[in-house]
Amino acid sequence: MLYPELGDKLVVTIMGACAQELYDRGHKENFFYLQHAMGLASSIGLGLALHLPHEKIVVLDGDGSVLMNLGTLATLARYRPRNLVHVIFDNGSLLSTGGFDSHTTSGITDLAAIARGAGVEHVAAVDSVVAFGEAAIEAFARDDLSVIVAKVAAVGPNHYGMDLQLPENAFRFKRWIAGRKP
Amino acid sequence: MSVSYENSKIVYQGIKDAGITSLSALPETWLGLLLQHADRDPDMRLIQVAKEEEAIGIAAGAYFAGERHILLMQNHGFLAAMNGIVSLALLYGIPLCMLIALRGHWGEPYPWHTRGGIVTEGVLRALNIPFEYARSPNAVGRQIREAYTLSQSALSPIALLLTRDLMEEAL
Ligand SMILES: Cc1ncc(C[n+]2csc(CCOP(=O)(O)OP(=O)(O)O)c2C)c(N)n1
Repeated sequence: MLYPELGDKLVVTIMGACAQELYDRGHKENFFYLQHAMGLASSIGLGLALHLPHEKIVVLDGDGSVLMNLGTLATLARYRPRNLVHVIFDNGSLLSTGGFDSHTTSGITDLAAIARGAGVEHVAAVDSVVAFGEAAIEAFARDDLSVIVAKVAAVGPNHYGMDLQLPENAFRFKRWIAGRKP
Repeated sequence: MSVSYENSKIVYQGIKDAGITSLSALPETWLGLLLQHADRDPDMRLIQVAKEEEAIGIAAGAYFAGERHILLMQNHGFLAAMNGIVSLALLYGIPLCMLIALRGHWGEPYPWHTRGGIVTEGVLRALNIPFEYARSPNAVGRQIREAYTLSQSALSPIALLLTRDLMEEAL
Protein backbone atom coordinates (compact mmCIF):
# COMPACT_ATOMS: atom_id res chain seq x y z
CA MET A 1 0.00 0.00 0.00
CA LEU A 2 2.91 2.32 0.82
CA TYR A 3 5.10 0.97 -1.96
CA PRO A 4 3.76 2.96 -4.94
CA GLU A 5 4.38 6.18 -2.99
CA LEU A 6 8.05 5.46 -2.39
CA GLY A 7 9.45 5.84 -5.91
CA ASP A 8 10.64 9.42 -5.48
CA LYS A 9 11.45 9.41 -1.77
CA LEU A 10 14.54 8.39 0.17
CA VAL A 11 13.58 5.31 2.13
CA VAL A 12 15.51 3.92 5.09
CA THR A 13 14.26 0.67 6.55
CA ILE A 14 15.24 -1.53 9.46
CA MET A 15 16.38 -5.11 9.11
CA GLY A 16 14.49 -8.32 8.84
CA ALA A 17 10.84 -8.51 7.92
CA CYS A 18 10.53 -4.83 7.03
CA ALA A 19 13.54 -4.80 4.71
CA GLN A 20 12.61 -8.11 3.10
CA GLU A 21 9.03 -7.16 2.36
CA LEU A 22 10.16 -3.91 0.76
CA TYR A 23 12.85 -5.67 -1.27
CA ASP A 24 10.43 -8.36 -2.42
CA ARG A 25 8.08 -5.71 -3.83
CA GLY A 26 11.00 -4.67 -6.03
CA HIS A 27 14.22 -3.01 -5.02
CA LYS A 28 14.73 0.62 -5.95
CA GLU A 29 17.98 2.59 -5.89
CA ASN A 30 16.46 5.00 -3.38
CA PHE A 31 16.03 2.29 -0.72
CA PHE A 32 18.59 1.79 2.04
CA TYR A 33 18.29 -1.31 4.21
CA LEU A 34 19.85 -0.97 7.66
CA GLN A 35 20.40 -4.66 8.21
CA HIS A 36 21.75 -4.75 11.69
CA ALA A 37 22.30 -1.59 13.72
CA MET A 38 19.07 -1.36 15.72
CA GLY A 39 17.71 2.09 16.45
CA LEU A 40 19.66 4.10 13.91
CA ALA A 41 17.26 4.12 10.94
CA SER A 42 15.63 7.32 12.17
CA SER A 43 19.05 8.88 12.87
CA ILE A 44 20.09 8.18 9.27
CA GLY A 45 16.75 9.69 8.24
CA LEU A 46 17.50 12.81 10.28
CA GLY A 47 20.96 13.16 8.72
CA LEU A 48 19.41 12.88 5.26
CA ALA A 49 16.48 15.18 5.98
CA LEU A 50 18.52 18.06 7.43
CA HIS A 51 21.05 18.04 4.60
CA LEU A 52 18.59 17.41 1.76
CA PRO A 53 15.72 19.78 2.49
CA HIS A 54 14.26 19.35 -1.02
CA GLU A 55 13.89 15.57 -0.65
CA LYS A 56 11.19 13.66 1.23
CA ILE A 57 12.59 11.05 3.60
CA VAL A 58 10.64 8.01 4.80
CA VAL A 59 11.94 5.87 7.67
CA LEU A 60 10.36 2.43 8.14
CA ASP A 61 11.09 1.45 11.72
CA GLY A 62 10.07 -1.21 14.25
CA ASP A 63 9.04 -1.06 17.89
CA GLY A 64 12.05 -3.06 19.07
CA SER A 65 14.44 -0.83 17.14
CA VAL A 66 12.87 2.40 18.39
CA LEU A 67 12.94 1.12 21.97
CA MET A 68 16.69 0.73 21.58
CA ASN A 69 17.12 4.41 20.73
CA LEU A 70 14.28 6.37 22.35
CA GLY A 71 16.46 9.48 22.45
CA THR A 72 16.07 9.72 18.68
CA LEU A 73 12.47 10.91 19.10
CA ALA A 74 13.67 13.85 21.20
CA THR A 75 16.42 14.65 18.71
CA LEU A 76 13.91 14.51 15.85
CA ALA A 77 11.55 16.80 17.78
CA ARG A 78 14.32 19.27 18.55
CA TYR A 79 15.49 19.66 14.95
CA ARG A 80 12.05 19.05 13.46
CA PRO A 81 12.97 18.26 9.85
CA ARG A 82 9.94 19.24 7.77
CA ASN A 83 10.63 16.57 5.18
CA LEU A 84 10.77 13.44 7.36
CA VAL A 85 8.07 10.82 7.87
CA HIS A 86 8.92 8.30 10.57
CA VAL A 87 6.75 5.19 10.33
CA ILE A 88 7.00 2.79 13.26
CA PHE A 89 5.48 -0.64 12.55
CA ASP A 90 4.55 -1.72 16.04
CA ASN A 91 4.03 -5.48 15.94
CA GLY A 92 4.69 -5.80 19.68
CA SER A 93 7.38 -8.26 18.76
CA LEU A 94 11.06 -8.72 18.11
CA LEU A 95 9.84 -10.59 15.06
CA SER A 96 13.00 -10.88 13.02
CA THR A 97 14.90 -12.50 15.83
CA GLY A 98 12.41 -15.18 16.77
CA GLY A 99 9.25 -13.35 17.75
CA PHE A 100 9.75 -12.56 21.41
CA ASP A 101 7.28 -10.05 22.85
CA SER A 102 8.57 -6.48 22.98
CA HIS A 103 7.68 -3.92 25.65
CA THR A 104 4.78 -2.66 23.51
CA THR A 105 2.91 -5.98 23.65
CA SER A 106 -0.66 -5.69 25.00
CA GLY A 107 -0.40 -1.93 25.14
CA ILE A 108 1.92 -1.73 28.13
CA THR A 109 4.16 0.82 26.44
CA ASP A 110 2.69 3.44 24.12
CA LEU A 111 5.19 4.59 21.49
CA ALA A 112 2.86 7.28 20.14
CA ALA A 113 2.63 8.80 23.62
CA ILE A 114 6.41 8.65 23.92
CA ALA A 115 6.76 10.43 20.57
CA ARG A 116 4.30 13.13 21.68
CA GLY A 117 6.09 13.45 25.00
CA ALA A 118 9.36 13.82 23.15
CA GLY A 119 7.84 16.86 21.49
CA VAL A 120 6.74 15.63 18.07
CA GLU A 121 3.60 17.56 17.15
CA HIS A 122 2.17 15.35 14.41
CA VAL A 123 1.84 11.83 15.76
CA ALA A 124 -0.75 9.41 14.39
CA ALA A 125 -1.56 6.11 16.07
CA VAL A 126 -3.39 3.78 13.69
CA ASP A 127 -4.55 0.19 13.85
CA SER A 128 -6.26 -0.46 10.51
CA VAL A 129 -5.12 -0.46 6.92
CA VAL A 130 -7.53 2.35 6.04
CA ALA A 131 -6.41 4.55 8.92
CA PHE A 132 -2.79 3.87 8.03
CA GLY A 133 -3.39 4.88 4.42
CA GLU A 134 -5.00 8.14 5.51
CA ALA A 135 -2.23 8.92 7.99
CA ALA A 136 0.42 8.20 5.36
CA ILE A 137 -1.24 10.43 2.74
CA GLU A 138 -1.45 13.25 5.29
CA ALA A 139 2.13 12.79 6.43
CA PHE A 140 3.47 12.76 2.86
CA ALA A 141 1.58 15.95 2.06
CA ARG A 142 2.49 17.68 5.32
CA ASP A 143 5.42 20.07 5.34
CA ASP A 144 6.44 18.99 8.83
CA LEU A 145 7.91 16.13 10.81
CA SER A 146 5.39 13.30 11.14
CA VAL A 147 5.45 10.12 13.17
CA ILE A 148 3.02 7.28 12.44
CA VAL A 149 2.77 4.42 14.92
CA ALA A 150 1.03 1.58 13.07
CA LYS A 151 -0.17 -1.41 15.08
CA VAL A 152 0.41 -4.42 12.86
CA ALA A 153 0.27 -8.19 13.20
CA ALA A 154 3.54 -9.93 14.00
CA VAL A 155 3.90 -11.74 10.70
CA GLY A 156 6.79 -11.60 8.28
CA PRO A 157 8.01 -13.19 5.06
CA ASN A 158 8.80 -16.90 4.93
CA HIS A 159 12.28 -16.33 3.51
CA TYR A 160 15.18 -13.93 3.91
CA GLY A 161 17.89 -12.90 1.48
CA MET A 162 18.77 -10.19 -1.01
CA ASP A 163 20.92 -10.08 -4.10
CA LEU A 164 22.56 -6.92 -2.82
CA GLN A 165 25.76 -6.61 -0.78
CA LEU A 166 25.57 -4.15 2.09
CA PRO A 167 28.30 -1.71 0.93
CA GLU A 168 26.84 -1.99 -2.59
CA ASN A 169 23.51 -0.79 -1.20
CA ALA A 170 25.29 2.15 0.45
CA PHE A 171 27.21 3.10 -2.73
CA ARG A 172 24.16 2.90 -4.97
CA PHE A 173 21.95 4.80 -2.53
CA LYS A 174 24.53 7.61 -2.36
CA ARG A 175 24.84 7.69 -6.15
CA TRP A 176 21.11 7.90 -6.62
CA ILE A 177 21.02 10.91 -4.29
CA ALA A 178 23.97 12.57 -6.06
CA GLY A 179 22.18 12.16 -9.37
CA ARG A 180 19.15 14.04 -8.00
CA LYS A 181 21.02 17.16 -6.90
CA PRO A 182 19.44 20.19 -8.57
CA MET B 1 41.91 23.13 35.51
CA SER B 2 40.11 24.99 32.75
CA VAL B 3 39.55 24.43 29.08
CA SER B 4 41.93 26.24 26.77
CA TYR B 5 40.16 29.14 25.14
CA GLU B 6 42.91 29.70 22.59
CA ASN B 7 43.26 26.07 21.58
CA SER B 8 39.49 25.57 21.35
CA LYS B 9 39.51 28.41 18.85
CA ILE B 10 42.39 26.83 16.94
CA VAL B 11 40.64 23.44 16.79
CA TYR B 12 37.45 25.10 15.55
CA GLN B 13 39.44 26.98 12.92
CA GLY B 14 40.95 23.63 11.89
CA ILE B 15 37.46 22.22 11.45
CA LYS B 16 36.53 25.22 9.30
CA ASP B 17 39.73 24.98 7.25
CA ALA B 18 38.94 21.32 6.55
CA GLY B 19 35.81 22.57 4.80
CA ILE B 20 33.45 21.02 7.34
CA THR B 21 29.91 22.39 7.15
CA SER B 22 28.04 20.06 9.47
CA LEU B 23 28.80 18.65 12.87
CA SER B 24 27.05 16.26 15.23
CA ALA B 25 28.01 16.31 18.86
CA LEU B 26 27.29 15.51 22.43
CA PRO B 27 28.69 18.22 24.69
CA GLU B 28 31.30 17.63 27.33
CA THR B 29 33.63 19.97 29.24
CA TRP B 30 36.57 19.93 26.83
CA LEU B 31 34.25 20.38 23.85
CA GLY B 32 32.19 23.18 25.35
CA LEU B 33 34.00 26.18 23.87
CA LEU B 34 34.32 24.43 20.52
CA LEU B 35 30.59 23.83 20.40
CA GLN B 36 29.92 27.45 21.28
CA HIS B 37 31.89 28.44 18.19
CA ALA B 38 29.87 26.02 16.10
CA ASP B 39 26.63 27.28 17.59
CA ARG B 40 27.44 30.89 16.73
CA ASP B 41 28.62 30.09 13.21
CA PRO B 42 25.84 30.64 10.66
CA ASP B 43 27.71 28.48 8.13
CA MET B 44 27.90 25.45 10.43
CA ARG B 45 25.03 23.06 11.04
CA LEU B 46 25.28 21.77 14.60
CA ILE B 47 23.22 18.72 15.50
CA GLN B 48 23.24 17.86 19.18
CA VAL B 49 22.29 14.28 19.99
CA ALA B 50 20.88 12.65 23.12
CA LYS B 51 23.34 9.77 22.85
CA GLU B 52 26.47 9.48 20.72
CA GLU B 53 25.30 6.41 18.82
CA GLU B 54 22.66 8.58 17.13
CA ALA B 55 25.48 10.63 15.63
CA ILE B 56 26.73 7.58 13.75
CA GLY B 57 23.37 7.37 11.96
CA ILE B 58 23.27 11.12 11.38
CA ALA B 59 26.82 11.04 9.96
CA ALA B 60 25.78 8.25 7.59
CA GLY B 61 22.83 10.34 6.42
CA ALA B 62 25.09 13.36 5.94
CA TYR B 63 27.55 11.23 3.96
CA PHE B 64 24.78 9.95 1.69
CA ALA B 65 23.68 13.55 1.26
CA GLY B 66 27.19 14.59 0.17
CA GLU B 67 27.76 16.88 3.15
CA ARG B 68 31.17 17.37 4.83
CA HIS B 69 30.32 16.24 8.34
CA ILE B 70 32.35 15.40 11.45
CA LEU B 71 31.50 14.03 14.89
CA LEU B 72 32.55 15.45 18.25
CA MET B 73 32.27 13.34 21.36
CA GLN B 74 33.98 12.22 24.54
CA ASN B 75 35.70 8.82 24.56
CA HIS B 76 32.90 7.46 26.75
CA GLY B 77 30.52 8.54 24.00
CA PHE B 78 32.63 6.66 21.50
CA LEU B 79 32.19 3.59 23.70
CA ALA B 80 28.45 4.26 23.86
CA ALA B 81 28.30 4.40 20.05
CA MET B 82 29.97 1.04 19.56
CA ASN B 83 27.28 -0.96 17.76
CA GLY B 84 26.58 1.90 15.38
CA ILE B 85 30.27 2.10 14.53
CA VAL B 86 30.52 -1.66 14.00
CA SER B 87 27.15 -2.51 12.43
CA LEU B 88 26.62 0.63 10.37
CA ALA B 89 29.92 2.38 9.63
CA LEU B 90 32.29 -0.59 9.43
CA LEU B 91 29.73 -2.97 7.95
CA TYR B 92 28.63 -0.67 5.11
CA GLY B 93 31.85 1.26 4.54
CA ILE B 94 30.59 4.60 5.81
CA PRO B 95 33.29 7.20 6.58
CA LEU B 96 33.27 8.78 10.04
CA CYS B 97 35.64 11.54 11.04
CA MET B 98 35.51 11.48 14.84
CA LEU B 99 37.14 14.09 17.09
CA ILE B 100 37.20 12.40 20.47
CA ALA B 101 38.03 14.10 23.76
CA LEU B 102 40.37 11.65 25.46
CA ARG B 103 39.36 11.87 29.10
CA GLY B 104 40.86 9.63 31.76
CA HIS B 105 44.34 9.51 30.27
CA TRP B 106 47.73 10.88 31.38
CA GLY B 107 47.27 13.33 34.25
CA GLU B 108 43.61 12.52 34.86
CA PRO B 109 42.61 13.54 38.41
CA TYR B 110 39.01 12.25 38.26
CA PRO B 111 38.60 8.53 39.01
CA TRP B 112 35.37 8.20 36.99
CA HIS B 113 37.12 8.99 33.74
CA THR B 114 39.96 6.55 34.15
CA ARG B 115 38.56 3.22 32.91
CA GLY B 116 37.32 4.79 29.69
CA GLY B 117 40.63 6.54 29.24
CA ILE B 118 42.57 3.36 29.74
CA VAL B 119 40.56 1.22 27.29
CA THR B 120 39.98 3.72 24.46
CA GLU B 121 43.18 3.02 22.54
CA GLY B 122 42.71 -0.75 22.86
CA VAL B 123 39.15 -0.55 21.54
CA LEU B 124 40.26 1.57 18.58
CA ARG B 125 42.96 -0.99 17.78
CA ALA B 126 40.53 -3.88 18.11
CA LEU B 127 38.22 -2.21 15.59
CA ASN B 128 41.13 -1.43 13.28
CA ILE B 129 40.22 2.26 13.39
CA PRO B 130 43.20 4.46 12.49
CA PHE B 131 43.85 7.09 15.15
CA GLU B 132 46.27 9.83 16.11
CA TYR B 133 46.75 11.95 19.20
CA ALA B 134 46.28 15.69 18.84
CA ARG B 135 48.62 17.33 21.34
CA SER B 136 49.83 20.52 19.73
CA PRO B 137 47.89 23.55 18.50
CA ASN B 138 50.42 23.87 15.69
CA ALA B 139 49.57 20.47 14.23
CA VAL B 140 45.90 20.00 15.04
CA GLY B 141 44.54 21.82 11.98
CA ARG B 142 46.50 19.61 9.63
CA GLN B 143 45.52 16.53 11.65
CA ILE B 144 41.82 17.32 11.31
CA ARG B 145 42.17 17.85 7.57
CA GLU B 146 44.09 14.61 7.16
CA ALA B 147 41.69 12.64 9.36
CA TYR B 148 38.79 13.82 7.22
CA THR B 149 40.63 13.00 3.99
CA LEU B 150 41.50 9.49 5.16
CA SER B 151 37.96 8.80 6.36
CA GLN B 152 36.68 9.59 2.87
CA SER B 153 39.29 7.63 0.93
CA ALA B 154 39.27 4.62 3.25
CA LEU B 155 35.48 4.68 3.76
CA SER B 156 36.20 4.02 7.39
CA PRO B 157 35.86 5.52 10.83
CA ILE B 158 38.94 7.57 11.79
CA ALA B 159 39.62 8.97 15.26
CA LEU B 160 41.57 12.05 16.26
CA LEU B 161 42.07 11.95 20.02
CA LEU B 162 42.01 15.40 21.60
CA THR B 163 44.40 15.20 24.56
CA ARG B 164 44.77 17.10 27.82
CA ASP B 165 47.87 18.86 26.44
CA LEU B 166 45.72 20.42 23.75
CA MET B 167 42.41 20.97 25.49
CA GLU B 168 43.37 22.18 28.96
CA GLU B 169 44.94 25.50 29.84
CA ALA B 170 48.63 25.05 30.60
CA LEU B 171 49.44 25.89 34.21
C1 LIG C 1 22.08 -4.65 19.30
C2 LIG C 1 21.27 -5.79 18.82
N1 LIG C 1 20.71 -6.66 19.70
C3 LIG C 1 19.96 -7.68 19.24
C4 LIG C 1 19.78 -7.88 17.91
C5 LIG C 1 18.97 -9.06 17.42
N2 LIG C 1 17.78 -8.63 16.69
C6 LIG C 1 17.68 -8.75 15.35
S1 LIG C 1 16.21 -8.25 14.75
C7 LIG C 1 15.64 -7.86 16.30
C8 LIG C 1 14.24 -7.38 16.53
C9 LIG C 1 13.88 -6.16 15.77
O1 LIG C 1 12.62 -5.78 16.26
P1 LIG C 1 11.79 -4.64 15.58
O2 LIG C 1 12.62 -3.44 15.38
O3 LIG C 1 10.54 -4.46 16.38
O4 LIG C 1 11.45 -5.19 14.15
P2 LIG C 1 10.64 -6.52 13.73
O5 LIG C 1 11.66 -7.60 13.56
O6 LIG C 1 9.64 -6.83 14.79
O7 LIG C 1 10.02 -6.15 12.43
C10 LIG C 1 16.62 -8.15 17.27
C11 LIG C 1 16.44 -7.96 18.72
C12 LIG C 1 20.38 -6.94 17.02
N3 LIG C 1 20.22 -6.99 15.69
N4 LIG C 1 21.11 -5.94 17.50
